[in-house]
Amino acid sequence: MTRVGLEPIIRAHPLFAGLDEAFCQLVCGCATNVRFRACDYLFHEGEAADRLFLLRQGRVALETPTPGQGAIVFRTLDAGELVGLSWLVPPYRWAYDARALEPVRAIAMDAVCLRRKCEQDHDLGFEVMKRVVPILIERLHGTQRQMLDVYGSPS
Amino acid sequence: MPDCQRLTTDGLQALLDALRARGYRVIGPTLHDQAIVYDDIHTLDDLPAGWTDEQEAGHYRLTRRRDAALFGYAVGPHSWKRFLHPPVQRLWRARHEDDEIIVVAEPAEATRVALLGVRACELHAIAIQDRVLLGGDYRDGHYQARRRDNFIVAVNCAEAGGTCFCASMDTGPQAQHGFDLVLTELVGDGEHRFLVEAGTPEGREVLAELPASPASDAEIAAAEALLAATAASMGREMAAGDVRELLLANLEHPRWDDVASRCLTCGNCTMVCPTCFCTSEADSSDLTGTETSRSRHWDSCFTMDFSYLHGGSVRASGRARYRQWMTHKLATWHDQFGTSGCVGCGRCITWCPVGIDITEEVRAIRETRDGAPT
Amino acid sequence: MAARPDRAPPGDPLTPRVVRVLKRRRDAPRTVTLDIAADDATAFQPGQFNMLTAFGVGEVPISLSGDPADTNRRVHTIRAVGPVSSALARLAPGDALGLRGPFGSGWPMAAAHGHDVVLIAGGLGLAPLRPALYRLLAERQRYGTIALLYGTRSPDEILFRRELAAWQRRHDIRIGVTVDHAPSDWTGHVGVVTRLIPGLALDPANTLAFVCGPEVMMRFTIAALKEAGLGDAAIHLSLERNMKCAVGLCGHCQFGPVFVCRDGPVLCHDRLGGLLGLKEL
Repeated sequence: MTRVGLEPIIRAHPLFAGLDEAFCQLVCGCATNVRFRACDYLFHEGEAADRLFLLRQGRVALETPTPGQGAIVFRTLDAGELVGLSWLVPPYRWAYDARALEPVRAIAMDAVCLRRKCEQDHDLGFEVMKRVVPILIERLHGTQRQMLDVYGSPS
Repeated sequence: MPDCQRLTTDGLQALLDALRARGYRVIGPTLHDQAIVYDDIHTLDDLPAGWTDEQEAGHYRLTRRRDAALFGYAVGPHSWKRFLHPPVQRLWRARHEDDEIIVVAEPAEATRVALLGVRACELHAIAIQDRVLLGGDYRDGHYQARRRDNFIVAVNCAEAGGTCFCASMDTGPQAQHGFDLVLTELVGDGEHRFLVEAGTPEGREVLAELPASPASDAEIAAAEALLAATAASMGREMAAGDVRELLLANLEHPRWDDVASRCLTCGNCTMVCPTCFCTSEADSSDLTGTETSRSRHWDSCFTMDFSYLHGGSVRASGRARYRQWMTHKLATWHDQFGTSGCVGCGRCITWCPVGIDITEEVRAIRETRDGAPT
Repeated sequence: MAARPDRAPPGDPLTPRVVRVLKRRRDAPRTVTLDIAADDATAFQPGQFNMLTAFGVGEVPISLSGDPADTNRRVHTIRAVGPVSSALARLAPGDALGLRGPFGSGWPMAAAHGHDVVLIAGGLGLAPLRPALYRLLAERQRYGTIALLYGTRSPDEILFRRELAAWQRRHDIRIGVTVDHAPSDWTGHVGVVTRLIPGLALDPANTLAFVCGPEVMMRFTIAALKEAGLGDAAIHLSLERNMKCAVGLCGHCQFGPVFVCRDGPVLCHDRLGGLLGLKEL
């Protein structure tokens, strides 16, 4: 599939919906189509966060390995969602593992490419920020609520 | 005061005798532990003749009067709920026999009780507890039984106590309804007498048995002047008209922190309050486990256990507990029962060990609420 | 607008009847479901609760979690957290316990006729919603789309697992289950329960929501439902406060103007104003 072929897919993705034509061209220039099999890892904790993934199909688990308990899944992501946030800010390293729960199709964006374009054109950068920050806030609030352990029984 | 009769002190003794002859246990004010408390009354000698009380925030002292008035004081630490909604009430007992458990409800105690010396504020308090405990879908059978056979002898207040504010709450000082007989004590002119009126057929019946004579116009005028003077000399006042709205609009007012810094959360105010009705339940069993029972006892919203839920108290801070008590009493009581929960008797002010004054707390919030002049 | 019995049932409301356990199932760690032999044929409304007594220990309110159409048994799901609930959770078939009730308001089942209904449960909050679900499914044609969203702590804490699986196989109800954290063999959702709301594409003008769970969960669920366009009058909650008498006489369960035992536990959110967000009310 060519990059031109990706354009309607990217355009239709919630993260980039409504993006101006010129910006869309810039963003599409950083994108490739990727597939993962169930149980494949999209990335691992500690690796360079040089890509981000727009899920098109299939679900992904975010997890952290824990001694004695195996990996603990703290969030799952569905089609339409963004996988990976660490590419946005230094030191650009993944803070957890991302594992495909089922066959996954996604758009992978070259984060280095996207960061460079955002740096060169702050209007694009602001557009991207405006779209990523709400996701960040939603993840933060969700995490806070999960941390509260509201369903746990008092010991 | 139409159909107003007069009784001498002998006539009042005749009233006690008549009530006892009708099978009533008579309860009224007595002197005990340097306070005026309600207990059994056999003769007029049991009443605190010639005593009065000094009441202020956190202050209660008995002193001698210059006269021999039998009702020359304001209300003491007891209220009639002690007899109508007693501090401890067993609810049931269960016997464990082999594999069977037999639960027997505690029978409701239905005694004929005459209440002597009930003040106007207390009549209102009884009416409020009637609404709370008998006015809903579920009735408290024990309270209902204790209320069924009451004869109420009210007394109009000849003077206001230092913490009284019934005039503000429109609950006194004159008894308007809810009594069988109402007395106004007159001690002037070297003559000790009581004006008496009946409020019910049974009251009229009892009055007809007493050595009463028609009251004179002068006596009636003297009684009216006395009540007007009492109303004009209240120790406290509270602007009660909009207090519900005031408090509900100020649930986060800094004054709650201020009062919490003084409040000991001891619960005295709830124990002496004549309308506070909250109870808790406790189960117990004998050592062999063959008999278990449940009792309910007065509880207070000032305890940590009161709002206990899943290992903690919903209202853990003193601020939250004082706010619950006061907003319930003065605000949400209206939503729940259609009246205020406060009758202006002043007991919570007098018996607060640190002298917290509900009228002052309302005033402080009123004066510093959003939009109030500073 | 919560459903409420016309008047108090006859009999002494403060004295428990002696009833027997028929069956005991372990549902989750420290959580059991007891089937209790019904001593009368009185129907209960989904959302109502009973007061259960462990003789010599004490009494606690426990919501009814069984099928309202089954008049032979009263089903209660109990988590052992305090001395009374622990004593109740230890009861075995044949053991006696005390029961008063049913008390309180139920879910507005009749008001929901002709509407879509979404049930949102958090943790043990699934128990008082299960009777509503039985009723919705028993009278399936009376309702529009039906969905159950259920959030709990972890996969091993999921209640009524086999039933959930059976409901998931049906085509006339949508079931979403999510947990706060999971071991890696869990293939379901991980995240807060409100994340499942957008996927339902609710019709806000025609949907009633029944919500039951810990208060924090209910607060953020209300916010999410309002974001999805539901009005306060369409959101019904089951509240929890310390209850002793269950009949509005003891004063313990007050929540502002509300007696949770008498006016609730199921209350419409429009009746609560902003009180749910107020600290220590």
